[in-house]
Amino acid sequence: MQVTVKTFAHLRDRLGFAERAAEVPDEACVLDVWQAVTDGSEMPRNVLAAVNLDYAGADTRVHDGDEVAFFPPVTGG
Amino acid sequence: MTVELRTDAFEPWRELADAPDGGLDAGAYGATCAFVGTMRDFNEGDAVSRMVLEYYPGMTERQLEAIVDEESTTHGLLAARVIHRVGPIEPGEPIVLVAVWAAHRREAFEGGRAIMEALKSRAPFWKHEQTRSGGRWVENNTAG
Repeated sequence: MQVTVKTFAHLRDRLGFAERAAEVPDEACVLDVWQAVTDGSEMPRNVLAAVNLDYAGADTRVHDGDEVAFFPPVTGG
Repeated sequence: MTVELRTDAFEPWRELADAPDGGLDAGAYGATCAFVGTMRDFNEGDAVSRMVLEYYPGMTERQLEAIVDEESTTHGLLAARVIHRVGPIEPGEPIVLVAVWAAHRREAFEGGRAIMEALKSRAPFWKHEQTRSGGRWVENNTAG
């Protein structure tokens, strides 16, 4: 199945893309998506994730067509 | 309860002067509390000449609305309003307005503070600031 992956701030600079599609196996979770776009690297503790605009953990299941985002700690306000 | 993102400079006191009652009926509330966050020209010991606030369109609005709803329920707020800048910002310009209306001062002070703290830790915004030595991402918010 396919998901859309978005990245923000310095994580976008580091990973080298703002948005791309990723192919992941059925029953994949957020961690699998991370590994699909980083050549299998560990997901750092300070990387936050969201699925379809809500915060999600590394073990959150994703589904075909989902939007998965990775970003650093937020610094608004 | 309203949440707005603005790409242009805004004047928080004018916003409040135009709607001082938060949309409530006269007599329905007894306390109003407003917080304004303004861009400094220094951070972590360096002069900062300009900043760009990146956000996640869709998620940022959704998280802000959730924060305002949750904290309004928790603290018994009658009305709340949040305005947050995105894009390029100059020192001295307001970044955020959090205004709340409640029956009494405790709800207003504590509810407004809770919205602001939740915004700082959960709303997807990222600051990229320009210093004399170049651009850099702000890694962490200040503690308080």
